[in-house]
Amino acid sequence: MSAISRDDVAHLAMLARIDLSDAELDKMSGELAIILESVARVSEVATDDVPPTSHPLPLTNVTRPDVVRPSLTAEEALAAAPASEQQRFSVPRILDED
Amino acid sequence: MTSDITRASAAELADRLSRKEISAVEATQAHLDRIDAVDGSVRAFLHVDARGALATARDIDQRRMAGEDLHVLAGVPIAVKDIATTKGMPTTAGSRILEGWIPPYDATVVARLKAAGMPILGKTNMDEFAMGSSTEHSAFGPSHNPWDLERIPGGSGGGSSAAVASYQAPLAIGTDTGGSIRQPAAVTGTVGTKPTYGGVSRYGLIALASSLDQAGPVTRTVLDAALLHSVIGGYDPMDSTSINAPVPPVLEAARRADVKGMRIGVVKELGGEGYQQGVRARFEESVQLLVDAGAEVVEVSCPSFEYALAAYYLILPSEASSNLAKFDAMRYGLRVLPEGVDDPSAEQVMAASRDAGFGDEVKRRIILGTYALSSGYYDAYYGSAQKVRTLISRDFAAAFDQVDVLVSPTTPTTAFKIGEKVDNPLAMYLNDIATIPANLAGIPGMSLPSGLADEDGLPTGIQILAPATKDERLYGVGAALEAALNRRWGGPLLAKAPELLTNTTGLSTHATGLSTTALSTTALSTTANGREVRS
Repeated sequence: MSAISRDDVAHLAMLARIDLSDAELDKMSGELAIILESVARVSEVATDDVPPTSHPLPLTNVTRPDVVRPSLTAEEALAAAPASEQQRFSVPRILDED
Repeated sequence: MTSDITRASAAELADRLSRKEISAVEATQAHLDRIDAVDGSVRAFLHVDARGALATARDIDQRRMAGEDLHVLAGVPIAVKDIATTKGMPTTAGSRILEGWIPPYDATVVARLKAAGMPILGKTNMDEFAMGSSTEHSAFGPSHNPWDLERIPGGSGGGSSAAVASYQAPLAIGTDTGGSIRQPAAVTGTVGTKPTYGGVSRYGLIALASSLDQAGPVTRTVLDAALLHSVIGGYDPMDSTSINAPVPPVLEAARRADVKGMRIGVVKELGGEGYQQGVRARFEESVQLLVDAGAEVVEVSCPSFEYALAAYYLILPSEASSNLAKFDAMRYGLRVLPEGVDDPSAEQVMAASRDAGFGDEVKRRIILGTYALSSGYYDAYYGSAQKVRTLISRDFAAAFDQVDVLVSPTTPTTAFKIGEKVDNPLAMYLNDIATIPANLAGIPGMSLPSGLADEDGLPTGIQILAPATKDERLYGVGAALEAALNRRWGGPLLAKAPELLTNTTGLSTHATGLSTTALSTTALSTTANGREVRS
């Protein structure tokens, strides 16, 4: 496993949609390198014959009856929106201009 | 009278309420007065809802007068960690990104408290999105340990533990993803219980790591924990991971308080090197008390626990990076426009909002999780961590073949000083080394006070772990040990805590001669910062 570089952290921040400042990138790449070195030990015991566990309970496809029940009104759902109009969430443009 | 009320356990309050010796309004007002008097220095609450709590109390009093058959805890007030949504009451999860958010619905846990007629005093402070062991990662400033205001009350649920330890509430709700109920209990001399994963609904709890998160009781006694567990536990169709079975018989077990003939295992890997001398000494004394009470104690080995912390700090960030993607500045929460950008795109607004709204620890874990899940690294990091999870579950299964419950110290140390570890993530992560294995395996755990460390006079905790769905064993062992310890101490451990100076002007100051050096003026001068008190 390779060490994590400042460019790696910048790329990950872009993927995670966090606009990190230069100072944050400097600080975090050092911290993440130390943390990663420490957590990488999991591979010491994670041999091929061990099955992974994703969840503590063995559950599959849990559903509940498909019945109509009370839900939020449009006003309640929009009450905390940063911006709304015509009973809809109003968001910044989602396409590039060109 | 008022101090009698705030010092009483929830069980005692329930008893006095049912006999009409006190009213729910009196019980609630006494705790609101205590909040006014001491929370300027403890800072357990992010929001106090005096009006709502008193309205619930009045309603309960009227219904009781009318002869209605009420829930046993009706009229007993409670504080709720700010991670649970509360309809009409602010919910921040300790984050700027949710500052001012008023949820349109109640978490199932909150709905059950309301259905039981329990007045909700307010919302308690926490590390941002429950990431931390000290409340220092709260965007609204840390809470303070009532035993020494310069020290941390644990985390992430340090607001709940501090509120209960300082008699601002008899009960509180916590959530435990890697120890956030049990570690705060250990360092404040209180009782914290993490039920079996799926034992309490997660619906309406702001998710940190969905396969690890579990809500539970924060209390001063084991019996109170059982009473609260009985209110909030049980099947909820709104949570697909909720266990569809009756709540384990926790109340009966707490009342029986019997360990005769039980087999108790001391986990070899959770203790010894790295554990503070006073923590070890009090733990060993507690184990001896269990032997004296008729239990058989053996040592058991769980060799994979050595890797639990590493696995946890891959699984948790991975799940958190996914769960926190919903804070995108589009439907609710903070929206910040990037500087110097004309007509920014939605993605630019998301990135600017998440940079402004999340604190350092949250950003660190989101980036770490994004890395662990990214193509090329997934197998080595997240995949390997999931295999370690299997090994830890196998260790528990083997141990529970030999014994009924396991015990260990809850934390390696007593409460550390605010500021001591906040700049060293790895040192902070080590606080949860003994509590994390239970979350990875989904089993229940409880921390209760084991005494005071000789070297610093601060509380230490003992942890009890039981097999999944056998939560009642925690209560049987916990209540038996609590009774033996209280006999030895001549009363509860919390009675030894220093008195907090109370103040009627709203500015509270630190009481006694516990290191008086610097109850930092910052703690006093920033009282209003980010803290909202409504009446």
